[in-house]
Amino acid sequence: MSVAACPACAGAVPGPRAATPDATHLLHLPDIHCGGCISSVERALTALPDVLSARVNLTQKRVSVAAPGLPSQVLIDALARAGHRAQPLDRGRLGPRDVELRRLLTRIGVAGFAMMNVMLMSVAVWSGATGATAQVFHLVSAMIAIPAVAYAAQPFFGSALSALRAGRLNMDVPISLAIVLASGASLAQAFGLSDRAGWFDAALALTFFLLVGRYLERAGRGAARSAAAELAALEAPQALLVTGDGTRVVAADSLVPGDRIRLLPGDRLPADGTILSGATDLDRSALTGESAPAPAGIGDAVQAGEIALTGSVEVRVDRAGRDTALSRMAEIVATAEAQRTRYAGIADRAARLYAPLVHGLGAATFGGWLLVTGDAWLSLDVAISVLVITCPCALGLAVPVVSTVATGRLFRDGILVKSDTALERLSQIDTVAFDKTGTLTTGEVRLATELGDDDLALAAGLARHSRHPLARAIVAAADARDIAPAQVDGLTEHPGLGLEATHGTRRIRLGRPGWAGPDSDGPSAFLDTGDGAPRPLDTAERIAPETEATVTALRARGMDMALLSGDGPRAVARIAGALGIAAAQARLTPEGKVDWIADRRAAGHRVLMVGDGLNDTGGLAVADAAISPGSGLDAARSAADVVLLRGGLGGVTDALWTARAAMARMRQNIGLAVAYNVVSVPLAVLGYASPLVAALAMSLSSITVTLNAVRRFK
Amino acid sequence: MNVLTILIPVSTGLGLLGLGAFLWTLRAGQYEDPAGDQARALSDEHDDHPAPQAHESS
Repeated sequence: MSVAACPACAGAVPGPRAATPDATHLLHLPDIHCGGCISSVERALTALPDVLSARVNLTQKRVSVAAPGLPSQVLIDALARAGHRAQPLDRGRLGPRDVELRRLLTRIGVAGFAMMNVMLMSVAVWSGATGATAQVFHLVSAMIAIPAVAYAAQPFFGSALSALRAGRLNMDVPISLAIVLASGASLAQAFGLSDRAGWFDAALALTFFLLVGRYLERAGRGAARSAAAELAALEAPQALLVTGDGTRVVAADSLVPGDRIRLLPGDRLPADGTILSGATDLDRSALTGESAPAPAGIGDAVQAGEIALTGSVEVRVDRAGRDTALSRMAEIVATAEAQRTRYAGIADRAARLYAPLVHGLGAATFGGWLLVTGDAWLSLDVAISVLVITCPCALGLAVPVVSTVATGRLFRDGILVKSDTALERLSQIDTVAFDKTGTLTTGEVRLATELGDDDLALAAGLARHSRHPLARAIVAAADARDIAPAQVDGLTEHPGLGLEATHGTRRIRLGRPGWAGPDSDGPSAFLDTGDGAPRPLDTAERIAPETEATVTALRARGMDMALLSGDGPRAVARIAGALGIAAAQARLTPEGKVDWIADRRAAGHRVLMVGDGLNDTGGLAVADAAISPGSGLDAARSAADVVLLRGGLGGVTDALWTARAAMARMRQNIGLAVAYNVVSVPLAVLGYASPLVAALAMSLSSITVTLNAVRRFK
Repeated sequence: MNVLTILIPVSTGLGLLGLGAFLWTLRAGQYEDPAGDQARALSDEHDDHPAPQAHESS
């Protein structure tokens, strides 16, 4: 590589294109934020012998690495040594890059260039150029404007055509009509067919401003979509396939019924199946909302999404991929989602009202002037001025600019708004329904029983070798009291039952009622130290840190709240009592949640569902709006409009209040746009609107709504 | 007014130059990572040895 003459050029001019290797790995770096991080990541990676190149994209918080044949774990380890967290991204799931966005930018560039040049020439005409000079200016303007419009306004023409073909009117029909008529009439007049003023600059300005609105809309949606795709790509589920000679890691998508897979403690089941050997405790909370794990052994059916907590098991795959209960649920969600996307946003409603009005007004003006003056060119000219002035330039910007600003602000706070109309639906919410496990609570349990120091030390000595939630709670309790776990020997984990070990001469058991202690319904587990009666252990769920503040804030704003849970009545009542939520429903099936929400909606309420599990997806899909924590299951996140990436429920209130502020701003903007029309349309109908007035009104109203949108919220 | 025959092509040409420059920046991927470019501009790491760019061929 040659050394460039000036240091600045060196960064700007990359080496010869052919020499730059293609990226083979894509890693997500959640924590990078500054220039220092960029160089330390790139240095850590390029220091590895097999890495050809590494390039950080700070905007997307990703690094693309060219290292053919190198396992991504090597890269992740190298980054961990440099102090950076990294997760591999599955490139197949990220989907192709949005080329449409770049194409729109190109069109904006072309429209902007043409608009500025044509406006300069129009200034000459407006300031009094006549005769041959004006003619030359018109011809040159036409040479620039016609190809520019033909290229840059294609998105509007395409959309208008498809709407007309379906027998509908949308916002793009009057837009296309105005652009085509204005260009056509100006072309005729450039060749001397009429002596009216030209509209080329108006046609181009229309195209330019509307393209900017289109671009913002698409960019906002694209950012949310790519972040959602990233979430999915992070989780590329894998499976441990049992083959003739050992096990092999494969992608969960490649499993077929009849495969045998091994599940280690802590693994999430990638497919539905039957346990062939071994036993374990299954965490089904993601599917049913139940907080207590259930034991499972040989012959039991298991479902994708469940987590094996204790023993390792071998499972025969019965249904995989799209056939699993989990995916079928996701499909139900997709159908319900399609229903929700039919919700007409405020821009659509305005357009539905507006489009016929604009056409009617334009036609009436043409007819009226033709009747009165009998001059077809003059009438067409006035009609064009009406179409250009009423054209929803500001209206087309009013809504997308606000939603881009609002979603961008939420995204910086770790709140991902996935759907277009989510802000609007969120702003109308009056009832919030929460799921319990994993949403209001952290999904972890804590030890509610106070144990003596010695007992706790013994219990922690056993528990620190297990992934069972109760065991973790015991270790956490011991840590909190600074008690060192006792030394135990011969520890064995009996999946579905508990832990057993010896301490000195005593046999110690920690496990479920009926095994480590008397069979009873009350406590979750017993600790049998071989010394005195077994001690009962009670657990309570841990309420997530931001939950209480969120619930209080919602109540202060007069929101109705409800707790919809699949868990038992006792656990539900405890959380509902602690948070002061009166409407608490326990043992709800997924259908039960859907029915509850449907009832409320039928009663005229607007319901927001907040949930993370598979049993919530139905509710998330039928509710007016849905929020899911980032820790939620894939299916729940895809059913939700908003995903909280930050953790904690604080984002629920942020999203709701921002949505309300954004809606108020959108209405304001539409009001401003309409106000401009109310002033300028009478002028246009009466024939006082010259192209100069039209250009001024259009630019001013577009700039006003844009400024109003970027003004600080609240 | 004959001066127009020179000035109009000149002004249009300058405009086209600007458009060309914009399209070039777009194609060269200069809008892919605005936050990163901001930070890189201040770093003198690659001043003497420009880094090869990896292409995201996704």
